[in-house]
Amino acid sequence: MTKKSRTRSIAIWTAVALAGAVCWGVIALVRDEQISAVWLLGAAVGSYAIAYRFYARFIVRKVLEIDDKRATPAERLDNDMDFQPTDRRVLFGHHFAAIAGAGPLVGPVLAAQMGYLPGTIWIVVGVIFAGAVQDMVILFFSMRRDGKSLGQMARDEVGPVGGAAALIAVFSIMIILLAVLALVVVNALAQSPWGVFSIAMTIPIALFMGFYMRVIRPGRVLETTAIGVGLLLLAIVAGGWVEDSSWADTFTLSPETLVICLVIYGFLASVLPVWALLAPRDYLSTFMKIGVIVLLAIGIVVTLPVLDNEPVTKFASSGEGPVFAGALFPFVFITIACGALSGFHALIASGTTPKMVQKESQIRTIGYGAMLMESFVAVCAIICASIIDPGLYYAMNAPAGVVGDSVQSASQAVGELGFAISPSELQAAADSVDEESLVARTGGAPTLAIGMSQVFSGAFGSSLQAFFYHFAIMFEALFILTTVDAGTRVGRFMLQDTLGNIWKPIGRVSWKPGLYLTSAIVVGAWGYFLYTGVTNPLGGINQLFPLFGIANQLLAAVALCICTTLLIKHGKVKWAWVTGIPLAWDVVVTLTASYQKVLSSNPKLGFFEQRSTFQAAIDDGKVLPPAKNMDDMQQVVTNSTVDGVLAALFAIMVIVVLLDSARIWWKVLVSKKQVETTEVPFVESKLWAPSGLIPTAEERAYMADQHTEDDGSVDTDREPVGSGSRE
Amino acid sequence: MTVKEAFAGVRWYLREVSGESGYERHVEHVRREHPDAIVMSRRDFERMRQDDRNDNPRARCC
Repeated sequence: MTKKSRTRSIAIWTAVALAGAVCWGVIALVRDEQISAVWLLGAAVGSYAIAYRFYARFIVRKVLEIDDKRATPAERLDNDMDFQPTDRRVLFGHHFAAIAGAGPLVGPVLAAQMGYLPGTIWIVVGVIFAGAVQDMVILFFSMRRDGKSLGQMARDEVGPVGGAAALIAVFSIMIILLAVLALVVVNALAQSPWGVFSIAMTIPIALFMGFYMRVIRPGRVLETTAIGVGLLLLAIVAGGWVEDSSWADTFTLSPETLVICLVIYGFLASVLPVWALLAPRDYLSTFMKIGVIVLLAIGIVVTLPVLDNEPVTKFASSGEGPVFAGALFPFVFITIACGALSGFHALIASGTTPKMVQKESQIRTIGYGAMLMESFVAVCAIICASIIDPGLYYAMNAPAGVVGDSVQSASQAVGELGFAISPSELQAAADSVDEESLVARTGGAPTLAIGMSQVFSGAFGSSLQAFFYHFAIMFEALFILTTVDAGTRVGRFMLQDTLGNIWKPIGRVSWKPGLYLTSAIVVGAWGYFLYTGVTNPLGGINQLFPLFGIANQLLAAVALCICTTLLIKHGKVKWAWVTGIPLAWDVVVTLTASYQKVLSSNPKLGFFEQRSTFQAAIDDGKVLPPAKNMDDMQQVVTNSTVDGVLAALFAIMVIVVLLDSARIWWKVLVSKKQVETTEVPFVESKLWAPSGLIPTAEERAYMADQHTEDDGSVDTDREPVGSGSRE
Repeated sequence: MTVKEAFAGVRWYLREVSGESGYERHVEHVRREHPDAIVMSRRDFERMRQDDRNDNPRARCC
């Protein structure tokens, strides 16, 4: 680097750091005054830039010691299928689309009950030091092992016990994740003919697209997706007509009916060939997802809304918030998983993505960078939830047991919580988006849709608010259902694989009875939790969401244990803190949360205390609100028992994985012997490609010199050039 | 950058990211690595790709 460009670089990064610091300063210092969302965005983006430039670079260079002279599995094993050197910008898109879904949108909305500040700080700090680090380091270690999966790495590096715990963790998070996401969809669609019609139409649209791509025009993904998106927008508009027509009753479904529809749908999606339903839905939802996220970010930047929410609400310390029980620590860190630290990402960062990386240095863009993007989405979501009137927020997000089912009861309940909204204001809010009622529309999706419709109508015109609301609901439901499809299928394969060890035929993926049986088990498992969530008198989201968060953070603990173990095995004890500190934090959070969910003496928080309170009342023949009768009471007892056992099980698994890993760390550190590496041996690379999304000046000079294309087109005669990222 | 170049860039990205250009890449791959092999038709190639995804599902995160 020349002296001039070095000076310029220092000046630019000092300016970025200052701008970020000013934004944080405004957020921290302004009190009793509403601030603009622009400060949150500025603080987040400034922090990301600094973290990416300095911390991520430090990790790839010093901690992981990436080597661009080493051929990646994509280069060595290129089979034109799963192993394939893929342009970094394309792979970034794939990886981002796979990791980002409803999680970063829903979690922050719920966590807004603590105020916008705790959630935003955790999203930004968490991603920089934990989430993005986990994604990138797992991606690196899997890449050095030809794309081994998380479960395989746990078995090979930690041992059979840790491996088994990892497998159980993956399977149980899958089930809870699917149940919670499906619950979000049910809560968004119940009693909404507009939403139900639009979503129902996505099934014939996807089937048509699948047929079109299979038979009429094989492989024409873009033209098919364009047709699909067109039909989809038509379906949303048509939903408005349906709502005003005689069909409205047909499409007004109760939550229980929707559960049955979803379970049948999930089963069919799991047994049908991928091309018919799953693949076309995936295209639709990916394009919609990226499109809407980009629009939302633009909308927020253009309209610069003011935050109505408090920085920190009283629920942060009292732990008595209606949306979910528990105090700021640990529950903000459990509720916001995706966007800050999400164990699930380790499943995608091992396995699929590492088989496609062109150059080792690109893991910084793909692993760390894509996670920063997801974090940015989460910040947008918490902004959306914080610009709407707090009275409306609580009327929508408190369970029906608290706010009742009319605008009058909701207005009164919100008043008791310490916020204000009049019945007529509540009705006006529902009318503005053409919904019957917005009371107790829990799950986060409707709240986000209200926030998004406010942003969009601020940016593009307010006459369309109802359309924007249903557009937002549709898009969330669409990609949640895609996750449910894909997750059921992945769960089915895992089950077939595991059961296949016991009884061979069931492991054969094409054996029909085995396929139906395992699909039914997976669907039945999440269907059970979904049904209890829908019918739970205490409210499904506030009971199940913490479990989902704990399961996700349990998986993060497994992933970070593997990372730390591998760093120690590679003789890098002095750098073990890079994944060790996030691991310690994650373990403390997860164990505290499960301890409180299992053993707290507050019946709103502790599952077993809840169980014994309701059981004692049953024994006395009494009915405790919000339960309405003895059946409700019995149901609460059963649900609390199941949920309590699960929370305890998750905590035990965290401890097992941690102890098993600590055993390995101890062994390696005491023996002081060089541990044999499980890395694939070095092979020299013949590929060249830029490291970051945008080539640096030196990379451009190299490209001009060698007549290379920006996509790193291969010229096998050429000598590879130096290692590392070039900045 | 001209408008035309920008448009070409967007088109390139969408084709790559959606996998639409996969067949061309495959043809190139076969011609380069196995010059004597017969190149699959697009229909057969897309079928093979779809059926491969059938047996190797990819998880989508939350």
